[in-house]
Amino acid sequence: MALAVYGTGLSSRLMLGTAQYPSPAVLAEAVKASGAGIVTVSLRREGAGGESGGRFWALIRELGVRVLPNTAGCHSVKEAVTTARMAREVFRTDWIKLEVIGHHDTLQPDVFGLVEAARLLAAEGFSVFPYTTDDLVVGERLLEAGCQVLMPWCAPIGSAKGPVNIDGLKAYRAHFADIPLIIDAGLGRPSHAAAVMELGFDGVLLNTAVAKAGDPVRMAEAFAQAVEAGRLAFEAGPLEPRDMAVPSTPLIGRAVFS
Amino acid sequence: MKLIVNGQALDAKAPTLAELLAELGYEGDWYATALNSEFVPAPERAAARLSEGDRVEILTPRQGG
Repeated sequence: MALAVYGTGLSSRLMLGTAQYPSPAVLAEAVKASGAGIVTVSLRREGAGGESGGRFWALIRELGVRVLPNTAGCHSVKEAVTTARMAREVFRTDWIKLEVIGHHDTLQPDVFGLVEAARLLAAEGFSVFPYTTDDLVVGERLLEAGCQVLMPWCAPIGSAKGPVNIDGLKAYRAHFADIPLIIDAGLGRPSHAAAVMELGFDGVLLNTAVAKAGDPVRMAEAFAQAVEAGRLAFEAGPLEPRDMAVPSTPLIGRAVFS
Repeated sequence: MKLIVNGQALDAKAPTLAELLAELGYEGDWYATALNSEFVPAPERAAARLSEGDRVEILTPRQGG
């Protein structure tokens, strides 16, 4: 069953960040290998001419993928809202990955500012993809603010720890049964991606785990396969763990030799 | 006129944001502007007058996660 967010069907459940690759060529190959239909981008200062930004933008457009601009690095509602407005003009999309960072070291979202910024931007017609925690009440507030998708972290950005709170993520999935949920941040390995997909999350967004891998292109492909496998497993209904051993071979009909 | 452009102090002659971009050599349509922390859409740059000490941000697409 295909995933749709803000009325747009997505060709892949894997979204890829575009930062930290060894070269633009590797980035382009990794995006292709990942099968991602959406990549995240940012806006940054640039000196006279703006040529470097222009080259990057041309590279992304050649890939034929949809862009999801972010407000990475914004620490206040004002910064995030202004950045979102600027991104809408440059990237010609209403989509915005909303980040309001609350702490320099942990990069934990400022969920209070996040809700406020989401409300302002949704009122201006943005399709807001909020980078949030796995707090249920914050998720509720984000939906009330106008978000139609939620993007909880599974571990701090760039930590590569994978899901550190499986029970919390299960509760999140169960609570927001009908809302598209994308795991954003903290994934380190394809097995992490498969694990959250098996829980029923609708997709994953990752960057560092691919970009900083020894071979980003092969890792992009590995994540693509893991996301597909995890989704397929969820749809197939995984077996729940059991406390006791249960023989898989029938006991009836076994030989007796004594 | 002294301005702060992308965090750097500089002297500029341009009286408007649109003319400042031309003075600094920006071409193309892949950048966005803000004046004193307020977004200035491209069509409004010609009317956005600059004053001594104004802070200008000129942002372009960049890699992001």
